[in-house]
Formats: sequence, C-alpha cells, structure tokens
Amino acid sequence: MSKLRVVHYINQFFAQIGGEEMAHIPPEKRDGPIGPGLAFKAQFGDEAEIVATIICGDSYFNENLDTVTKTILEMVKEEQPDLFIAGPAFNAGRYGVACGSIAKVVQKSGIPSITGMYIENPGADMFKQDIYIISTKNNAAGMRSAVKDMAPLGLKLARNEKIGASIEEGYIPNGVRVNFFEKERGSQRAVKMLLQKLAGKEFVTEYPMPTFDRVEPQAPVEDITKAKIAIVTSGGIVPKGNPDRIESSSASKFGKYDIDGVNDLTAETYETAHGGYDPTYANKDADRVIPVDVLRQYEKEGRIGQLNRYFYSTVGNGTAVASAKKFGAEIAKDLISQNVSAVILTST
Amino acid sequence: MCTVTPISLTVGANRIVPTVAIPHPLGNPAYTMDEELELRKELVDKALKALQTEVYKQTIFE
Repeated sequence: MSKLRVVHYINQFFAQIGGEEMAHIPPEKRDGPIGPGLAFKAQFGDEAEIVATIICGDSYFNENLDTVTKTILEMVKEEQPDLFIAGPAFNAGRYGVACGSIAKVVQKSGIPSITGMYIENPGADMFKQDIYIISTKNNAAGMRSAVKDMAPLGLKLARNEKIGASIEEGYIPNGVRVNFFEKERGSQRAVKMLLQKLAGKEFVTEYPMPTFDRVEPQAPVEDITKAKIAIVTSGGIVPKGNPDRIESSSASKFGKYDIDGVNDLTAETYETAHGGYDPTYANKDADRVIPVDVLRQYEKEGRIGQLNRYFYSTVGNGTAVASAKKFGAEIAKDLISQNVSAVILTST
Repeated sequence: MCTVTPISLTVGANRIVPTVAIPHPLGNPAYTMDEELELRKELVDKALKALQTEVYKQTIFE
C-alpha cells in the first residue's frame, strides 16, 4: 500500500522563520516536512508522509482571513492529500484561530483535517464542533504527546475509519456522544474512584459538571420600602392548566405570568409543571414555591415598595445550562425594562 | 432561595437563603396554615434582609 499523502500547516514561528517580527509573512509552500512535521514523520513511519508544508504568519492570516483561506486551500488541493494537519497551536491564540479556520475550510472541501490545541485556546471553542481538535498541553513542550495523539487520529480520518469517543482518541469533546464499552463495570469504577478520593489522590469523574459563570455581587437594595421586587422561579409554578405547556423536564421555554390583583395562589388557580419532585405540595399551595401571598401582604403594609406585576417561571428539571442561560438573559432584560430593583429567585 | 445550597453555590448565586425542602421550599405541609404562613414570612424576611446586605462573595444567609 502506498503512503498516505499529508499536507501540514504551521506558522512562521514553528517554521523557524522568526517570531512576532515575522508574523506578517504571507503564505508559502515548501516541499516535505518542516519543524513539527519531522515529529509527525517519525510517528507516521511507513504509513503516511508529509508531502508539503504551508507556512503563514499569524498576523497575516488573521488580518486577511477571507483571502488567505482561499489561497491556502488552493495550495493544499494541488497536493491532492489524503489528510490535512494544522498545528498543533498549543495556547497561541492567533495560531489556534488560524489552524481552526483553515482546517475547517479544507475539511469542507472534502479533505479530512485535524488540528491540536490547548483547551483554553480561543480557537478551541470556536472550532471544536467543526473539526477534531486534539487536546494538547499549553506550550510546545507538549509537542511529543500532541503528535502521538494527532497522528493516529489523523490516519483514522484519512482512512475513513470509525472514530472513538473523545476520551479514547484525545480530542476536545465536540458535543457528539459516542457509545463504547468500558473494560470494568460501573460498580468497580465507582469504588476505585471513591478509594482514590478517600486517599486524597486524583480521580477523573465520568460525569463532569458544566462550567458556570461567576458574577460580581450586585450592590444591596438601599431602601426596600421603595423597591420593586420580582419573583423568578425554576420550580415550574404556572397558572392552572400550564397555558404555555412548559415541559416537565428539559424545559425549552419560560413563562411570564400576570399576578395583578392576585393575593394568594390557590389549588384552583396555580400548579407546578415541574417533573422530578412530588408536586402534591406545590399543587395544593403554590405559595410554598413562590411567596406571592407574603410579598403581597408586605406590599400592602409598605414593607416593600411593590411586587412586580409579572412573575417568571421555568422548570429546572434536567434543563440544559445553555437553555437556562438563554432564559436568564431574556428574563433579566425584561426585568430591567420594568425597572425592577431586586429579584427573589426560588428553586425546588 | 434554595434547599440544596451546594447547588446554589455551584451555579454562582451570590445571596443564598436556605429553605425547607425540595418540593416545598417556602412551606411545610406538616404545619397548620397559620404556622406555615409564619414560616414563609420568616424566610421572606431573610431574603429581604439578604437583598439589603452588602456581600463581596457568595454568601449563605442562615
């Protein structure tokens, strides 16, 4: 079998042309492997060869995005490669964006493409859903391990073989779930993890938490007797009958409900749309989830300025963080337009 | 206002008031209606106090 043909893209730095002072150079193509290409050559052995290396300055690439990707795509196509490799870019931001941009364009033209970068490289988030990006260390000291992961995955892509899960292949998770069989059953893995944890040693969770935003605390309310207070809840409280049909789990929307003149939530007028917890208590008296009765009384007594005319509700059960974030942004915008000064957020 | 305060901390809430139970955070069906209203007032009072308190980091108002 003849060797697979590979074209490699690197920046001016890895081509040993120069650093920042040479970042303006336009793309050029040279025969054979250069710089990190030599590491790939060693890793590929007899299976593949780098037939050409394309070099471009990071500044030039990012300042001429539209034209440069066309030029480089033509250079790649001339070689009729089976695989295109960009980088790895480690934590170099412009280089990462360049690698992701060009790999995406080349892949779209029908040539399998792969790159590698550090998880925090801005290019990783931008392109992880478009191309396979091997997760690398944050600097070039990680070249050897990066190449060790990039080369085999690249060969698989070139041969159109089945690609395993991110944990097996080493790419940055791209949101696509891949089923595979673990060698050990769940109970064994869980006990091992627990023992590691108890011993204060490192362990890798199989259910990583999403990363959440942190926000600066808001200044306190200066005069609560003049404040307009709104209620927002993830407890799923809705007018009886759930008019917006908010889902009992994995909610795709939130509701905005008028409580003008409502002094008390009753079993006849309100209920919860929330699945996953026993709804008996909330259905009997929804004030147990959103304290409309108390806040209305406080409003009359002048202890708060005003209870906002609308409350906002969604179901927190299994709802995607991305959806919740979107609801939050829309609700916040609406609250600001109504001059709400503070929010009581209740969750079940 | 949340019963499982570690979740509130994880998602980044800055002013947190612990509540009664997941299915009835601001109530307790074991109480009489009057007792329950009293309980809810206490919790809302805590929330209003939290809103009027300067915080510099995530804070649980016990």
